[in-house]
Amino acid sequence: MSDLQSQDYIRRSASTMTPPMARNHEEEVAKLIDVSRCIGCKACQAACMEWNDLRQEVGHFEGSYQNPNDLSPDVWTLMKFAEYENEQGNLEWLIRKDGCMHCEDPGCLKACPAPGAIVQYANGIVDFISDKCIGCGYCVKGCPFDIPRISKTDHKSYKCTLCSDRVSVGLEPACVKACPTGAIMFGSKTDMKAWAGERIVDLKSRGFEKAGLYDPPEVGGTHVMYVLHHADKPSLYSGLPDKPHISATVEAWKGIMKPLAVAGLALAAVVGFFHYIVKGPNEVTEEEEAQGERVIEDAENTP
Amino acid sequence: MSRPDTVIIRYTTAQRVNHWINAILFTLMVLSGLSMFHPILFWLSNLFGGGQWTRAVHPWMGCMLLLSFIGMFVQFWRGNLWHREDTEWVKSFKEVVEDDEEHIPAAGRNNAGQKLVFWSMTVLIPVLFLTGLLIWEVYFGNATSISVQRAAVLIHSTAAFLAIIIWIVHVYAGIWVRHSFRAMIQGWVTPGWAWRHHRKWLQQIAAGRHEDPSIRKRP
Repeated sequence: MSDLQSQDYIRRSASTMTPPMARNHEEEVAKLIDVSRCIGCKACQAACMEWNDLRQEVGHFEGSYQNPNDLSPDVWTLMKFAEYENEQGNLEWLIRKDGCMHCEDPGCLKACPAPGAIVQYANGIVDFISDKCIGCGYCVKGCPFDIPRISKTDHKSYKCTLCSDRVSVGLEPACVKACPTGAIMFGSKTDMKAWAGERIVDLKSRGFEKAGLYDPPEVGGTHVMYVLHHADKPSLYSGLPDKPHISATVEAWKGIMKPLAVAGLALAAVVGFFHYIVKGPNEVTEEEEAQGERVIEDAENTP
Repeated sequence: MSRPDTVIIRYTTAQRVNHWINAILFTLMVLSGLSMFHPILFWLSNLFGGGQWTRAVHPWMGCMLLLSFIGMFVQFWRGNLWHREDTEWVKSFKEVVEDDEEHIPAAGRNNAGQKLVFWSMTVLIPVLFLTGLLIWEVYFGNATSISVQRAAVLIHSTAAFLAIIIWIVHVYAGIWVRHSFRAMIQGWVTPGWAWRHHRKWLQQIAAGRHEDPSIRKRP
């Protein structure tokens, strides 16, 4: 999305400065996706395409209701269909609306090398500021949910914006507006958690004992949450990570290598400079010059 | 210092041209790579026309660097084979840094420090090339899994850090040791320079044990 600057940042990629934060009286928002109420109609997918003017190229039937097959620079949200045979031998059709989870501690933002290309607003939404994106793909490596997709056309990274443009003017995201069953709700994170709590009580009373809220603490919680009937096994839902976290490799790269390497390089240059100051140039003396000449002359004079 | 009548050819024209192509590419790789590594150096991307250009051009320059380095390897590997005297030289590292010339073992055409630079780069540049391919988003973004790419980017940055440290040492040695820069620019050294820094090499040349006509009388 473009940078509308109507909300304050709390995080800004590749930046050490404090982001502007005067407008801090802003509530954290969340989208709650109640998987148990989803009927798989894809109205949310269509609404996302409409609002964001996205059109994925028409593909091929792959033997699944899932269509298109995967997220792409033109597909920011996707209904994922999983067929699960439960312990009783009954088929459960687990349909999950996939897309950016808007982590409180975003791995994409941590990995991004371009200042200001990824920002997190005070309301918690993680947004890509496209004109600052350099297309390196580091966000793909940082993301614990495999969400960002790099366009081969314009070499920019794309994902769900949580309709930051709509939210900033007090509207709900397009997918929420379109959902016919109320499976997608939007509001303050506190309200969404309270609402999820009621739903979970209801689901438990109907036999889904493991029903629960998906708001993974390993990434500081997310601003897109799920109500799952099988909250003990999130991976049943088309590979939703059980314990999503920023990869240790990414932490080592961005947390350890990045500062230490730059300090080490600066140190090497400084040590070199002061070695020169202390020792001066390593010069050939007149005497050595004479000795060198003598070696060659001696060799020439010996038959 | 008077101009010596006799000079020794240390680097051929082909070696010098190859070295400086390598040096220019490596420097550009360092500048563009560092701009994508740490935000305080992101401004370096302006040298390449901005972030998108830096991201686009860095891998291509890397491919050229690999080709150039293959040329370097072919021309220099023989002179960098490790001998027993090199181990002795490494042991007297303290004297080298202290510039205590009397106590440094006589070196051949290349001293152990130069050989270490050569062999480190021989390992690091192919590692950087291969891990670089894995994270070349435009062409290989979907070729490997994300966890492979994560490992590749960590290895790539670690190898780059080591290569840049070695590059700093190499450049500094060239500045510190007077007239080695001239050797790589113009190709020749004085007999005194060879006596001080590469005595065994000088003796071998004097004894005519080098195939190429290395000694040249200046008009």
